[in-house]
Amino acid sequence: MTEKDKIRTLVLPGDLVGEVGEQQAWSPYIIRNGNKLYSTVIGLLEQRDNQLVILPLEGVYYPRPGDLVIGLIEDVELYGWTVDIVSPYKAYLQGSSLLGRPVNAGEDLRRYLNVGDYIMAKVDSFDRSSSPMLSVKGKGLGRISKGKVVDVSPVRTPRLIGRNRSMVETLSGETGCEVLVGQNGRVWMNCVKKESEELLVEMIYLIEREPYTKGLTEKVKSLIRERLGVNVASPEAQANT
Amino acid sequence: MLTLQVQKPKLILEDGRRTDGRRPDEMRPIKMEVGILKNANGSAIVEMGKTKVLTAVYGPREMHPRHLALPDRAVMRVRYHMTPFSTDDRKNPSLSRREIEISKVIREALEAAVLAETFPRTTIDVFSEVLQADAGTRLVALMSASLAVADAGIPMRDLIAGVAVGKADGTLVLDLNEEEDMWGEADMPIAMMPSLSQVTLLQLNGNFTPEEFRAAIQLASKGIEELYKLQKETLTSKYSAYKEVN
Repeated sequence: MTEKDKIRTLVLPGDLVGEVGEQQAWSPYIIRNGNKLYSTVIGLLEQRDNQLVILPLEGVYYPRPGDLVIGLIEDVELYGWTVDIVSPYKAYLQGSSLLGRPVNAGEDLRRYLNVGDYIMAKVDSFDRSSSPMLSVKGKGLGRISKGKVVDVSPVRTPRLIGRNRSMVETLSGETGCEVLVGQNGRVWMNCVKKESEELLVEMIYLIEREPYTKGLTEKVKSLIRERLGVNVASPEAQANT
Repeated sequence: MLTLQVQKPKLILEDGRRTDGRRPDEMRPIKMEVGILKNANGSAIVEMGKTKVLTAVYGPREMHPRHLALPDRAVMRVRYHMTPFSTDDRKNPSLSRREIEISKVIREALEAAVLAETFPRTTIDVFSEVLQADAGTRLVALMSASLAVADAGIPMRDLIAGVAVGKADGTLVLDLNEEEDMWGEADMPIAMMPSLSQVTLLQLNGNFTPEEFRAAIQLASKGIEELYKLQKETLTSKYSAYKEVN
């Protein structure tokens, strides 16, 4: 790939983005009219292996099976929980997914997860006709018992993760905190020190505010180093990464 | 006692200019801005001369009441409303017959552009508030709604731009003002999706000959091109910092 392929351009609804190619994958952000392709959202256009990809700059979270999300328990029902995943669709978590066994009749599910609890979950299934189903089977999934959760716009998650996870690694490596980015725009962090947590939150909001400025990863890195000073190399911070 | 002016004023003056000094094919000065409300998913304000409309878009979000949701697409709900202080006399704040009809017309024009089938079982709420009314509010409301929908990140085929053409003293005029609206022989609002060259709204009050109608469409598309360019510039300017990326 040449340097030109990496260039992203701003596109608006109705902008012509290209001609119909052999293998253009379906996307809600590109529509076909005749043999021409048009953008449907405000986004950044990118050429990826002969494919046109539009990264939207505004919008809501649309669940996809397999996504890691951070949910907020909204209601306790007889056999499961309804979970808010900051999407137009309410998610549902079955009791058996968390307990590993069927829910006994009359069992109070409040004992395991209550309203206001955060959970780390995977989207198990979702399609146009049914609400997203969550699953907490897997390593690191389940109730979040420590740390802090902050909300950002869901369209900022690609930037928050970065190319090959470069941004998350910078954030966690430089501050010495554990960081996990849910695809729905919720970020979980667990820090040893109060200052590093505050700094991390500040950096996350900075990335949300100016997501596509040049050399943002480097800027974030130098900002953290400057603010934390010598603390960055302290043994406990090292141990935590 | 105040005496009402019942006589028709001269709409085209001796020098060929209009009552507000514009040429027949000249539009009023336009101002647009997006992303002005923090609580809404998308918002825009559009000014055209003295007409000023603010629109907020919420959604796609879960629909209440649930049974009104559609299984295959998002439901669009549009409210066009004139604030009590938008006119000379206080306007009753409740939705009038006229406002309900304009809400429907704007909704249908928007539905042609918005890809509602991307978000089944949800709703997209559009609230247009006329802050100041001076002819052409439905098109200004429609333009601000289309900008606000784009600002909310909802997929749409194209932005919608629209302008009215009319006939005043036998001359075709672009973007009617209050007097031409009241005393003119015809008033035809047109809205289009310019990059697809499709019409989403067309109404006609009064009469045109077939030749006049064709000329009117020509005149309107010229104005629409200009408005469309301005809409794109407005959206681009919000992201000007992103132009040099990676």
